Amino acid sequence: MLMIFGVPAPLLFGQLLLGLINGAFYAMLSLGLAVIFGMLNIINFAHGALFMMGAFAAWMLLAYGGIGYFPALIIAPLIIGAFGILLERTLIYRMYKLDHLYGLLLTFGLALVIEGLFRNYYGSSGLPYQIPQVLEGATNLGFMFLPIYRAWVVAAALVVCFATWAILEKTPLGATLRAATENAPLVQAFGVDVPRVITLTFGGGVALAAFAGVLAAPIYSVNPNMGDNFINTVFAVVVIGGMGSILGAILTGFGLGVIEGLTKVFWPQASATVVFVVMVIVLLTMPRGLFGKRA
Amino acid sequence: MFGFSSAQWKVFLLLVALIIVSPYVLYPIFLMRVLCMALFACAFNLMVGYVGLLSFGHAAFFGMGGYVAAWTIKFWHVDAVVAIILGGLTGAVLGLCLGYLAIRRSGIYFAMITLALAQMVYFFCLEVPFTGGEDGIQQVPRGHLFGVINLNDDMAMYWVVAVVFIGGFLLIHRIIHSPFGQVLKAIRENEPRATSLGYRTDDYKLIAFILSSMLSGLAGGTKAIVFGIATLTDVHYSTSGEVVLTTLLGGLGTVFGPLVGATVVTAMENYLAQFGSWVTVTQGAIFVICVLAFRRGIVGEIGAALKLGL
Repeated sequence: MLMIFGVPAPLLFGQLLLGLINGAFYAMLSLGLAVIFGMLNIINFAHGALFMMGAFAAWMLLAYGGIGYFPALIIAPLIIGAFGILLERTLIYRMYKLDHLYGLLLTFGLALVIEGLFRNYYGSSGLPYQIPQVLEGATNLGFMFLPIYRAWVVAAALVVCFATWAILEKTPLGATLRAATENAPLVQAFGVDVPRVITLTFGGGVALAAFAGVLAAPIYSVNPNMGDNFINTVFAVVVIGGMGSILGAILTGFGLGVIEGLTKVFWPQASATVVFVVMVIVLLTMPRGLFGKRA
Repeated sequence: MFGFSSAQWKVFLLLVALIIVSPYVLYPIFLMRVLCMALFACAFNLMVGYVGLLSFGHAAFFGMGGYVAAWTIKFWHVDAVVAIILGGLTGAVLGLCLGYLAIRRSGIYFAMITLALAQMVYFFCLEVPFTGGEDGIQQVPRGHLFGVINLNDDMAMYWVVAVVFIGGFLLIHRIIHSPFGQVLKAIRENEPRATSLGYRTDDYKLIAFILSSMLSGLAGGTKAIVFGIATLTDVHYSTSGEVVLTTLLGGLGTVFGPLVGATVVTAMENYLAQFGSWVTVTQGAIFVICVLAFRRGIVGEIGAALKLGL
């Protein structure tokens, strides 16, 4: 058997793939957080709960409506995105004129309510969600078996991340958004309905989280705590990457996932903490984060 | 000598009277839980209310203080007072390490960094053998205070907790009203200006953070001894969220708010415990209502209505 650094190659590549998958979720979630933070100046603590709602929406669409995985991949983000818009229009908009910390506290409270409600009705043991038939099975690459669904998750995440990047950086809509982030009153003076842009941005960020949730549903069991497990690590990812750059959020997310996967091979006990250790090193050397802008 | 205003003196004396009378009326175990949470919330309030930095990782100090107190009293058979002090010292040392990193950023970054660092402490506690992992440290004996007073008597234990709480409460008040505390408030109001006046603001913030984490460790250690158990729950980030809720509900930056918040939150948990996850839902709803409707908290609103600083 092929050995790399004294580790069997299939094990190494297997963990690397798992790392990439985790990284894909880190990237999508931190991307959403960064986009929302850029426009609303709010750290969305409910992001993990909305990610979880995305997975539950897919599960419910199948269980109650018989709607399969691929339609759910579109419908669930639309539903949850609409829910996000509702939250923004009724509650979150009240935070814009207050200290940033209140936005954090409000969204933290929302996360508790959402997760608590789901735990009440669905328990915390988790519900199964089948991998769609076309994506079942694995293919032999010679050096390892590649489960097709996992490859699909990484590919889908990459496409969505770079589509988001392209929309924000390369289209007129993205230019308006970035301008509104820099100087909202001026953009408003040019006739752009800035509050609506803010609402749609929040909806978009939430939809991204829900999309990640649907992707996650067949891998992790659909349970009310699934967002919780991710979101703390995602905050560390955001601190490491800095929230200034879209591309930075994507790269940091994938990179840290890979680092985590590799740590699992060489020192399994440390794999849960390695992201935080990286955060400590980054804070000591470049407190603004790898891609952070100067204040 | 503690910098109380006359209204605060009256409320403080009332508070002491209540602490003395209440164990004869209410269940002492419940009261001890309230006092431990209240001290924890007071310590947290020192950071958020007077330095303006919201920490989302205070469970790390509370929980580690509990672990060390429980471990030393169970395996080294130290006196309860020594164990509680060791819990406080643990909090202080951990606060130095985490604070040194966290104060490099402010605002929401500070909240995220403290959350992430505390999560690291949580994973550490999950892995290392000394915490007992998922089981925690169980059946911790209370022992005898100074080798004489049997603490297995709930009333004796209650007086120890009451003294720890009042001591911690007065210490915090003394800190806030010292010249050091004035500098902290100056930093909260306008950090660049405090810097321009020649204060090393980072040093002040770090010292405040260490004091706050020390008192959190003290509270955690006391709680572990009262209940004879130290578990992962106390280092989990939901505990950090709970102390934020307690302080917000009572009133950020008020003197008596954390105690009122702790009473309400603990009572609510007691009565809602049978309804499972409704506790979480209610806590979340209180967060939302507080932030939307009364950001000054219970004591803050009462103080504003009476035009008194409570």
